[in-house]
Amino acid sequence: MVELFGIPPQALFGQLLLGLINGSFYALLSLGLAVIFGLLNIINFAHGAQYMMGAFVAWMMLTYFGVNYWWALLLVPLAVGATGIVLERLMISRLYHLDHLYGLLLTFGLALVIQGLFRNYYGVSGLPYSIPAELSGGTNLGFMFLPTYRGWVVVASLAVCLGTWFAIERTQLGAYLRAATENPSLVGAFGINVPRMITLTYGFGVALAALAGVLAAPIYSVNPNMGADLIIVVFAVVVIGGMGSILGAILTGFGLGIVEGLVKVFYPEASAVAVFVIMALVLLVKPAGLFGRVA
Amino acid sequence: MSDAAATAAETAPGDIQLSVRDLNGWYGESHVLHGVSFDVRPGEVVTLLGRNGAGKTSTLRAIMGLLPRREGSISFEGRELLGLPPRQIARAGIAFCPEERGIFSTLSVDENLMLPPIVRPGGLGREEVLDIFPNLKERLSSQGTKLSGGEQQMLAIARILRTGAKFLLLDEPTEGLAPVIVQQIGRTLAMLKARGFTIVLVEQNFRFAASVADRHYVVEQGRVIDMIPNADLTANTAKLHAYLGV
Ligand SMILES: Nc1ncnc2c1ncn2[C@@H]1O[C@H](COP(=O)(O)OP(=O)(O)OP(=O)(O)O)[C@@H](O)[C@H]1O
Ligand SMILES: [Mg+2]
Repeated sequence: MVELFGIPPQALFGQLLLGLINGSFYALLSLGLAVIFGLLNIINFAHGAQYMMGAFVAWMMLTYFGVNYWWALLLVPLAVGATGIVLERLMISRLYHLDHLYGLLLTFGLALVIQGLFRNYYGVSGLPYSIPAELSGGTNLGFMFLPTYRGWVVVASLAVCLGTWFAIERTQLGAYLRAATENPSLVGAFGINVPRMITLTYGFGVALAALAGVLAAPIYSVNPNMGADLIIVVFAVVVIGGMGSILGAILTGFGLGIVEGLVKVFYPEASAVAVFVIMALVLLVKPAGLFGRVA
Repeated sequence: MSDAAATAAETAPGDIQLSVRDLNGWYGESHVLHGVSFDVRPGEVVTLLGRNGAGKTSTLRAIMGLLPRREGSISFEGRELLGLPPRQIARAGIAFCPEERGIFSTLSVDENLMLPPIVRPGGLGREEVLDIFPNLKERLSSQGTKLSGGEQQMLAIARILRTGAKFLLLDEPTEGLAPVIVQQIGRTLAMLKARGFTIVLVEQNFRFAASVADRHYVVEQGRVIDMIPNADLTANTAKLHAYLGV
């Protein structure tokens, strides 16, 4: 096959696919962060730990109870989302009257506690989670080999992202959410239960992180640090996209994954820092982020 | 039996729908309401008149539960509202149109219109509301805050008419609007009154207030200092001018 810019197409498309996979996780995670930030005004530093919990709970359900991958896709976000709801009710909700910094500190501390607990019981070596039989194998597309599971991750992430976008931007419930993000006290004065909406929104954001964790379990090894490593990049994605913008989080997530993949092909040495360089540049030119509104 | 009379019969005893007694209110440390007392009967339109900073908006916000700290008594249809959060006050059948209008910029005109949930049956239908404010009909898909000031005001009133709440708190609905729009809002209030709505209206536009209201309460320095029935208004013009400093 012909080479493009001196790069064999296999390598190019391979890296693009990898970038797309990473982008799928960036998008899901930054979407959850954006939803939470929009309504609660806190940066949920526990997000990486909650993603890790998603992967672990999927592994535990499979190992201890024989719950398969497909059920895990449904049950894990519900279970981990429920822990988020409890967390919001018991702890985070007590901080709303304080500076946002306190919410950040609390969730950061929680992330350390959660990761510490899992490290204590499961070590750091990583646990295997095998690809479900229905999604194993792959297809030769001619120009590249596409593993079925990786294709599935991209499709599933896109579907969830678009579904979330639709729910927020095009439904009555989403209108409540957007209105409460803008002016919670007036929305309350219309008779809507804003505190309950805040709790459910946090639970939903956490559930998205957990879903990303389940999707990640068969690809990356399930280990207590998997979230901590990823979340730093995701925060950069959120900063680039603009805090609180739903579509911005999705587009930036996928976009940066792809950019990262391309950098890996053309200038591998820079691939680890590419996202952060872009972040610095965006902050210089558009401090509110690519899709952010200036307050 | 008219609508107004029907509402009145439901809210006996005493023929008083809202009774505010010795209401005190604070924003943080600053004490802004110093014992507000007044009554509103079912089907009435009453105004709160007073100079800038007198405490009219704060009174409406206190009734709606939006003032951080309140003391005294606010009794609505026999039920004490003082300890309730705003959402329960809304569910009790009181709707609020704030001075700053509160149109949401991330919602379309249509979404703004449909936002407040129905709290009880008997509200105006969507088509009915749009017939009252035909200007909104052509702008339904625009961003809420892209409307003109007058259109935003119509939208702010329109959206609470759907909820079924028949007790309205309107904070300066005519502020900054052109005379034709003020007239349109005046006709709307008259229509609502005929349908049995009860309205507490904060107004700076004295002529407008006189054209729609049954009674006027004068607010000064966080208190109600006088009540003037609309019928006695001409006899009391001099006094009122002194109160309002016009
Ligand atoms: N958010 C706030 N925090 C602190 N003080 C406030 C706040 N809002 C109003 N006040 C003060 O409360 C007092 C009453 O204000 P309020 O808005 O109720 O007056 P008003 O009668 O509605 O005036 P206007 O006719 O100008 O709208 C004023 O002294 C004002 O400075
Ligand atoms: Mg006012």
